[in-house]
Amino acid sequence: MRTLFRTQYRQDIALWKHNGDRFWYGLLAVLVFIAPMVLGEFYIGEMGAVYIFAIAGVGLMLLVGYTGLISLGHAAFLGIGAYVNAVLLKMGVPFLITLPVAGLFTALCGAAIGRPTLRMSGLYLAIATLAFGSIVGTVFQKWESVTGGFDGFAVPTPEIFGFPIEGATGIYYVSLVVLLFVLWVSANLLRSPAGRAMVAIRDSEVSAQSMGIHLARYKTMAFAISAGMTGLAGALFAHYVRYLAPDAFDVLLSVQFVTIVFVGGLGSLRGAILGAMFVRLLPQFIAVVRDDLPFGIGRLPGLEPSLFGLSLVLVILFQPAGLNGMWLKAKVWFQAFPFKRQTSFRRQKSYAKSERLR
Amino acid sequence: MILFQAEDISVRFGGIRAVDSVSFDVKQGEVFSIIGPNGAGKTTIFNLISRIYSSTSGKLTIDGTDFTRTPAYQIASLGIARTFQNIELFPNATLLQNLLIGRHCHSRVGFLAELGFLPSVRKAELHHREKVEDVIAFLGLQRYRDSLIANLPYGVRKVVELGRALCIEPKLLLLDEPSSGLNVEETEGMGFWIEDIKKDLGITVIMVEHDMALVNQVSDRVMALNYGKVLAMGSPREVQSHPEVVKAYLGGEVAV
Repeated sequence: MRTLFRTQYRQDIALWKHNGDRFWYGLLAVLVFIAPMVLGEFYIGEMGAVYIFAIAGVGLMLLVGYTGLISLGHAAFLGIGAYVNAVLLKMGVPFLITLPVAGLFTALCGAAIGRPTLRMSGLYLAIATLAFGSIVGTVFQKWESVTGGFDGFAVPTPEIFGFPIEGATGIYYVSLVVLLFVLWVSANLLRSPAGRAMVAIRDSEVSAQSMGIHLARYKTMAFAISAGMTGLAGALFAHYVRYLAPDAFDVLLSVQFVTIVFVGGLGSLRGAILGAMFVRLLPQFIAVVRDDLPFGIGRLPGLEPSLFGLSLVLVILFQPAGLNGMWLKAKVWFQAFPFKRQTSFRRQKSYAKSERLR
Repeated sequence: MILFQAEDISVRFGGIRAVDSVSFDVKQGEVFSIIGPNGAGKTTIFNLISRIYSSTSGKLTIDGTDFTRTPAYQIASLGIARTFQNIELFPNATLLQNLLIGRHCHSRVGFLAELGFLPSVRKAELHHREKVEDVIAFLGLQRYRDSLIANLPYGVRKVVELGRALCIEPKLLLLDEPSSGLNVEETEGMGFWIEDIKKDLGITVIMVEHDMALVNQVSDRVMALNYGKVLAMGSPREVQSHPEVVKAYLGGEVAV
């Protein structure tokens, strides 16, 4: 087991805590970088989709897992990002401009929804954001001159300095870069005063206020950042699906995002990525085993949504810290092997008990 | 020198006058205690001072600055810190993070600088950390530095909350029942800390407290309240022997 001997305060705010971190994350970076040279087109496409969902997942994690606000309208933010990006590209704006503009515009929309819902929490906030999602969905359908209505339109191929970003590999690399950027920004945010203010709001609004935290400002900010990241994911999503139609951004997608956050484990960036892997890979897994399932279960309609619902329920009941919690437990088990004690994981338990989502 | 002044403050909830024209002032460097039976309006006065409630009438000043209508989140920057009767820490954060949140009102870095964690932010963070470490050393909390609050025993949490208030570097510290839920020994320790805060840090303290031993040990002046009205004010001994105060606690004929 590694025991860190800390001699300087800056060791506590470093992104990499020790050389072990640097080595393993470095290795992971190399692996994901060379993956397209080794794996086939299909796998790269799926991994790209995992990255896109992870970007949105990190955004929603900041809102739900760190600020304690819920949103069932994140599919709408994804849609806004996707449409802004695609429409601007169609007008001939270069991709290096449309991508950040999509993110910034969606962040503004997030601030616009964050502001009027300041005093809401829990179920009420969920319903308000749900309503926002369906309003935006209707706008996508009806504003035909821009969105093409139900028919939708084909998303133009993006170019960076004249090089077209084509096929699964191109989107893969762009998504990877954006994911790394989003993770870096989030990690920075979480170790600075604004991130701590978000955690304070999650745990106790009244004392956060007495510590000098401007609730309205930080809640709006959390919504804006969360929406902005989801907007970036949306811009990439448009290229992943290649053809934009309004029915892609329905409430089921929002529920998938919430599933990412809960299954991944509230209050951890790693959880957002693990959750995104789970949500993207579960349908693939179902597709593979579908034909071999007994009693014709595989042919039942709605198998996929019900499995999502089931996994959400099971995680909340039995593993409130989510996949991230399982990861941490496994790590402790190996580090302490063979001396794992029954009480080793009490922390997770009490964490779960005091977990609040008002 | 007078640090804090409350002039004629009142607050009404529906038909109930929770605080009824209460006036008092607190001198720089003293420990001022507020006592009274349950429901006398002691915590309500604290909530008025920290601007969680708005007073119906009256005026609040600190250091000559009127803050009767200042929003709650700016109270900390005026140098007023408080603790809560039923501990309001951030349970899913570590002790260190909790104390750093106490430094929030001193942070002056821009939002974009935070997103990039620029050198200015890093420098400010290290400075905050040093200040927090001073408080940790002052209260002897070193061994709990990285523990989650949810895993700490009640007595320690009480001290952590005191520490978080000290991280604000306040001029005026409001302690809402610092001894509630503590055993005799811990209460004694709390008393010593309050004395140290007054003598070593020079912080003025207003304290709501039920434990008379603690009140006698630390306070310079005491104010007794009942039904939102001031019954008596003066030294601990004077107030406790005041006939109205005895009546409020022990009963007797009610003079209306």
